[in-house]
Amino acid sequence: MFGPTLGRILALVIKETLAVWRDKKSRFVLIVPPLIQLAVFSYAATYDVTHVGMVVLNEDTGAQSRELMARFQSSPPFADLRYVETEAAMGRAIDSRAAMLALRLPQDFSRQVAGGGQAMVELLLDGRRSNSAQLAMSYTTTIISGFNRDVAAARGAVTLPGALVMRVWFNPHLDSLWVVVPGLVGVLTQVVALVVTALSVARERELGTFEQLLVTPLRPWEILVGKTLPALLIGLFEGSIILAAAQVWFGIPFTGSITLLYAALSVFLLSIIGVGLFISALSATQQQAILGAFFFVVPAITLSGFATPIENMPDWLQLATEANPIRHILTLMHGLFLKDLPLAEAWRSIWPMLVIAAITLPGAAWLFRRRLS
Amino acid sequence: MNGRRVFALVRKETLQIMRDPSSIVIALVLPVVLLLLFGYGVSLDAKDVRLAMVVENPVPASTSLVAAFANSPYFKVTEVRHRAEAEAGMVAGQFKGVVVVPAEFARAAERGADAPLQVLLDGTDANTARLVKGYVDGVWGKWLAHEAAQHGRKPEVAVAAEARVWFNPQVLSRNFLVPGLIAINMTLIGTLLTALVVAREWERGTMEAMIATPVSVAEILVGKLVPYFVLGMGGMALSVILGLVLFQVPLRGSVWVLGAVSALFLVGALAQGLLISTLAKNQFVAGQIAIVSAFLPAFMLSGFVFEPSSAPAWIEVLSHVVAARYFVTILQTLFLAGDLGSVIWPNCAALVIIAAILLAATLRRTRKRLE
Repeated sequence: MFGPTLGRILALVIKETLAVWRDKKSRFVLIVPPLIQLAVFSYAATYDVTHVGMVVLNEDTGAQSRELMARFQSSPPFADLRYVETEAAMGRAIDSRAAMLALRLPQDFSRQVAGGGQAMVELLLDGRRSNSAQLAMSYTTTIISGFNRDVAAARGAVTLPGALVMRVWFNPHLDSLWVVVPGLVGVLTQVVALVVTALSVARERELGTFEQLLVTPLRPWEILVGKTLPALLIGLFEGSIILAAAQVWFGIPFTGSITLLYAALSVFLLSIIGVGLFISALSATQQQAILGAFFFVVPAITLSGFATPIENMPDWLQLATEANPIRHILTLMHGLFLKDLPLAEAWRSIWPMLVIAAITLPGAAWLFRRRLS
Repeated sequence: MNGRRVFALVRKETLQIMRDPSSIVIALVLPVVLLLLFGYGVSLDAKDVRLAMVVENPVPASTSLVAAFANSPYFKVTEVRHRAEAEAGMVAGQFKGVVVVPAEFARAAERGADAPLQVLLDGTDANTARLVKGYVDGVWGKWLAHEAAQHGRKPEVAVAAEARVWFNPQVLSRNFLVPGLIAINMTLIGTLLTALVVAREWERGTMEAMIATPVSVAEILVGKLVPYFVLGMGGMALSVILGLVLFQVPLRGSVWVLGAVSALFLVGALAQGLLISTLAKNQFVAGQIAIVSAFLPAFMLSGFVFEPSSAPAWIEVLSHVVAARYFVTILQTLFLAGDLGSVIWPNCAALVIIAAILLAATLRRTRKRLE
């Protein structure tokens, strides 16, 4: 009883895998876009600001202002710093986006600093790039604070008391790659698994081979398993490639359990394959399947916390993201790569994906049966 | 070019669009869905960051420090008894940061000496961590100044900075994300729409049938461009209205400049779609190429959320051939700053060059296919 079932499913799995692999178009979709995305996303998806376009209007001629500017010039983000002569030129530099930050030192700067008073400097930020400008401003503040400490020490005066020690855990240098690449393990495998399942049934429909499959001794659930397994295998294979690239090429640490990673990835892929089968069951042509997949992928990635934090969304939307499997796999991937996530914590992200899979897979099976009859 | 023939072609294309709801869906429904999704879902403003505070030995000074953090709009403070508990909460993702007020703090505060404070941040969200660093610094500095004033001491600060944010004084990320999003919408409508629809004509052989008639290639292209141009401008108008009404983004430049620049960008995007459809043999491949060559670069390389200048040099160079980069720059300026010639003219020139190259390439490719 069990023997023939297993044999039939195996035959279908082999047939499905070959069908995907033999077709030139499908092979292209599986290999080229994910690699391009891995390269471009990894390097381009950074909120870091490494080059601050900055202009300085120095109305002061004293030694103190030269000392402060020397500190800016020796700081790597400010390597491209430029001087302007007039206030109008300063405004133009911001207007035309030649600079995102402008600093103005007043005429009495050196006199105040040397004479024990307080000099007011003016900072202008380009609000069209407010996120980057804010980061650039915090670099500026750090340099000015260092200057203030040294001046105060030279004056022999009390500075602001207190010592603030800040440390960053899990990603000490705040390297964007460490955040983006683990996330891509989830995001890119998702796209591949979804496209493979969404296309598999739609293609059979279009070619009319789905009816042929139905008249074979295969039971409907066996067909479903036969469609699910190849996508799972291809997804895990793709995930392994990105995992290897993360280790070998990008040099990102992996602190958690690799078994747990594969277990979590499998549950995640099953929940996604359920969605893919849903799309497959609903669409009559490959064209519709592709558009359907696009309409799922874009919102799912946007609301996953991959590009911007979930915490910044309105509360009702944060609640809705609980139903998004990508949100959970991202928590797991960041946790397993960087935080050495304990099993108990991992489970908190795995069970929602199990629930999603337990809804989407039988749901897709039900929809198939309905559409067939 | 014959006016009557072009008019007939435009009419034929328009009828085709009216009969096939999928074009209307891409042109009018997709932008609305994307704008709502991104407008609500995408924000870089770290507000109410969940922070755990551990006070090892409570004294009046530590209480006022906790209050200073709790009163900041950036933080949502939870007081935690033990350090280990707070650290476990950070591993679980419950807290984005932990502020530890150590036992020495109380002693130092009583003596009026340097009071130490420890802060741990979660680096798995690098952007928030960077912003939070600055916010913590700000709260701490203010609290220190306040304490010093209470004790009748005047702190020595040689240089004080006064910062002003131009164009976006409330520092709302939505204000620059929504204009960028409109650019992405336009890229998607212009390129995906024409790529799919014209690829279908090649697939069905109706394009060859048209080429066999007396109409010239240029007339066919104009006939295709005009109706989709109108549809695309409709999508643009819809996006702008949504941005202004729903998301309250200011429009400080003139509507006419906005319309003219959008029209220019749209011609380039439509030409790119036409080119893709003539290169690809079918809808499926055309759709894939449109997403990889238009949607992804517009999203990743345009300066919409990520600064291309911070990426490695090869990506920076690559971003210069992406039309969306120039369009995003113009839109952010038009919406937030106004009609600034120093931004609009150079970026428009780039858009003209890109559109001209794409149109010329499309014309050439379409001709070649007939030989």
